[in-house]
Amino acid sequence: MAADLVIGRSYNPIARISGALQTVRRLPIIPMFLLGGVIFLGIFANVVAPHDPTDGNLRERLLPPVWGGPRIAEKLVVEVPVSGQLLYQVTLEEAQGQDPNIQMGETILMETGSGTRAAGSTRFLLGTDVLGRDILSRIIFGARISLIVAAVTLGVGGGIGVAVGLLSGYYGGWMDELLMRLVDIILSLPLILVALVLVVAVGQSFEMIIVVLALWIWPRFARMVRGEVLQLKTLDYVALARVSGASTVRILFVHLFPGTINTLIVVATLQVGIVILVEATLSFLGAGVPPPDPAWGSMVADGRDRLVDAWWVATMPGVAILITVMSLNLFGDWLRDTLDPKLRQME
Amino acid sequence: MQRFLVRRLLITIVTLFAVSIIIFVMARISGDPRTMMLGDFFTQEQYDLVGVKLGLDKSYFEQYWVFIKDLVRGDFGQSIKEGRPARDVIGQRFLATFELGGAAFIFSMIVGVPLGILSSIRRGGVMDTVGKMVALIGQSAPGFWLGIMLIFLFAVRLDMVPPSGRQEWNSIFLPAITLGWFFVAANMRLVRSAMLDVLDSEYIKLARAKGVSTTSLIWKHALRNAMIPPLTFAGVTLGNLVAGSITTELVFAWPGLGLLAIQSTLVSDYPVLQGVVIMFTLLYVAAAFLVDVTYAYIDPRIRYG
Repeated sequence: MAADLVIGRSYNPIARISGALQTVRRLPIIPMFLLGGVIFLGIFANVVAPHDPTDGNLRERLLPPVWGGPRIAEKLVVEVPVSGQLLYQVTLEEAQGQDPNIQMGETILMETGSGTRAAGSTRFLLGTDVLGRDILSRIIFGARISLIVAAVTLGVGGGIGVAVGLLSGYYGGWMDELLMRLVDIILSLPLILVALVLVVAVGQSFEMIIVVLALWIWPRFARMVRGEVLQLKTLDYVALARVSGASTVRILFVHLFPGTINTLIVVATLQVGIVILVEATLSFLGAGVPPPDPAWGSMVADGRDRLVDAWWVATMPGVAILITVMSLNLFGDWLRDTLDPKLRQME
Repeated sequence: MQRFLVRRLLITIVTLFAVSIIIFVMARISGDPRTMMLGDFFTQEQYDLVGVKLGLDKSYFEQYWVFIKDLVRGDFGQSIKEGRPARDVIGQRFLATFELGGAAFIFSMIVGVPLGILSSIRRGGVMDTVGKMVALIGQSAPGFWLGIMLIFLFAVRLDMVPPSGRQEWNSIFLPAITLGWFFVAANMRLVRSAMLDVLDSEYIKLARAKGVSTTSLIWKHALRNAMIPPLTFAGVTLGNLVAGSITTELVFAWPGLGLLAIQSTLVSDYPVLQGVVIMFTLLYVAAAFLVDVTYAYIDPRIRYG
């Protein structure tokens, strides 16, 4: 009977994928591997990246990825194409071969010829962008930027959040009320708008991003730590520490803080993904890491207007974000199930 | 219940008051509107004159008092860029955002809820896998990138819908899917875990033992109880939908509040900017209030806690 079931499952490819997925969820080998890869690339970006991320050659602009054949380009119909502009200009005669109604001066989507350096090559594995910069190299350096932003934000925002949560949960009363109202207020502000206004007012900088993101994540840590402390402080060992003369600071950091670490690790892992997403969104809006540093979000923005003739410019950095955040989410889910099963119900 | 309501309402008012101060300060640091209006060449007198006209010559305290007084009357001031009441400028855009948010909300419900039910009925089955993938992508993909990919696929390559704007009847589909996807994931997860809990409960087992058909069991007995979490979450969803609409509106050039906010930030049109931030915050705070009250109504422990 059991054997039948196993055979029955193996015939169904989707059930097998589902089974495989569950295995992955139980021990997240793939997410851990991908995350390790992103961290490795970020740390060793200057060794691994094949090209300079900010230096491009305009002669090599908008080259497709390695698997890309002759590509489709938007061409202007002109009488005599200027040499060197064959990628973007076409004669009327040639254009009429594709569309008999085409007029001089209009644009047409055409496949570029083989002689125009349009096919992908191993020199640029993921193609090049509008300024002829290697997209792969930019993604690799972008990983470094995302990781630094996430780490610093987590350090600053998480630190503030933990301190506030400990104080709020331990003291209770008016201090708790005050701090938690502050948390409510910050959580009800439209973050992206606040960031935009600050960037317009103060200017775009790396520090600005950290301030905005830290401002945004500390309330989440504060709420979580507070909840943990509220439960922990009723336990006998805390009262015992108090009667034996431990100072408040000692109780907070030596007796209460360690009890929150498991939950903290889980929340931090899941928050990293969100921080990376928000940083990408801000960079996309032009309020993130200042150019020419290659942030993933601003790379997507660069390719937004070139979807018709160069889809890879916007697609590739987005895939990098997707892979990174997805791995973080899967890894975080697994951590939560392993370290802190009671958080499961809060899903 | 009454005490809870009063307390909760007071907290909401305090929150709004604090937010109004933050917005006021933010708008003041977002750039000098006088230089924006006057252009590159102007005299000191012209500068001062415009300052008097806009009320910028008064002390910050007085400016805030005027701001709050007007705010209570629903007056956000004159738009510096368009020269007409900011309220009208905002009102014009509000409908577009409302339409987009509503469509995204409906999308997240009609896709997320059935997906959650189907994936809970057979754990580890085909639908469960599909649901998990949808949820994972929804929570991991950046909204702006998702929107751009949808434009590339359905507007550029397949030419099924317009890539941007709000002119055509089918313009709404791509932005609504982009904005709603994250909440499809959230609803799906909520319904799934609620259904799993309910299906495991005693009264479902009793109904099953009594011989109630599986269809009736799932759609009538279990679903009614499993819908409570997503319905209470709906308030939060609506609030977040508005906030999430900023990037979506930019990607699709959807003429709503989010796009207006970005446009008015760029030209430091602060009355409009203030108005938009207030609208966003108000919607969010109102949603949070409704959620809390609904929870308290359903679950007495919160009222007395």
